[in-house]
Amino acid sequence: MVPLSDYLILSAILFACGIIGFLMKRNIITIFMSIELMLNGVNLSFVAFASQWHALSGQIFVFFVMVVAAAESAVGLAIIIAVYRTRDTLNVDRVDLLKL
Amino acid sequence: MHLALFLIFGVVCVAGAVNLLIQTHPIQSALSLIVVMASLAVEYLLLGAEFVAAVQVIVYAGAIMVLFVFVIMLLNAGEEEHSQGSHIALLLGLPSLMLVGVLLTWSVMHQSTASVSIGSLYGDPKTIGKLLFSQYLLPFEITSLLILIAIMGAVVLASKPEVTPVGPDSSLASGKEN
Repeated sequence: MVPLSDYLILSAILFACGIIGFLMKRNIITIFMSIELMLNGVNLSFVAFASQWHALSGQIFVFFVMVVAAAESAVGLAIIIAVYRTRDTLNVDRVDLLKL
Repeated sequence: MHLALFLIFGVVCVAGAVNLLIQTHPIQSALSLIVVMASLAVEYLLLGAEFVAAVQVIVYAGAIMVLFVFVIMLLNAGEEEHSQGSHIALLLGLPSLMLVGVLLTWSVMHQSTASVSIGSLYGDPKTIGKLLFSQYLLPFEITSLLILIAIMGAVVLASKPEVTPVGPDSSLASGKEN
């Protein structure tokens, strides 16, 4: 028996690590990985609550989150490739103009 | 036993997440993110979510991370450069961080949640599949549409831009993009 709060604390730690990475990292790919880390933290709390309330819809929601994350990462990495083509850098501090 | 497994893989999970923040090279961050996802799959198994654990390994640790590593290799991403921190962020951030910390510890102390009994909710692929194709059929179909749009968007965004006849510089720049 594991308390529900332990799962939620682990999920909160993962989400906080994702936020810290999102704010502090300067490489655009690492920032994108931090977003994936945040999504994983949210997924863990979804599954924990699904077990708590005996509702399978929580797990189905996690499935949808994963599918949307896959679509998002495909589009996001394509955007990163496009940014690298035009700017020749992955540093977000140097990507500060909408138009070249 | 369950608590021990939860603690071991929780520590591995947090260590991977912290390592993601510490490492400066993106490929090392990607590898530690794979560690996080694999240990999260074990946590899902402990909660009885078999299908979600399998999808976590196949889709997240498999497909998405391969895409990440592929892009890192493709763009030849190197060490991260550091930026100078701003004073306003430090001035505003530290008090808000402390405030959030106090709030979080207060809410953790004053809670009374029941324990999650392991395996009480059995999310095997059969049950999940039945639910997906009956009650959640419309969201499922809409998701397939979303993936179709994402594929087209990724192809359009990542494909090479057409060379606009501006001058000799543009053709030179497009040649460098390979």
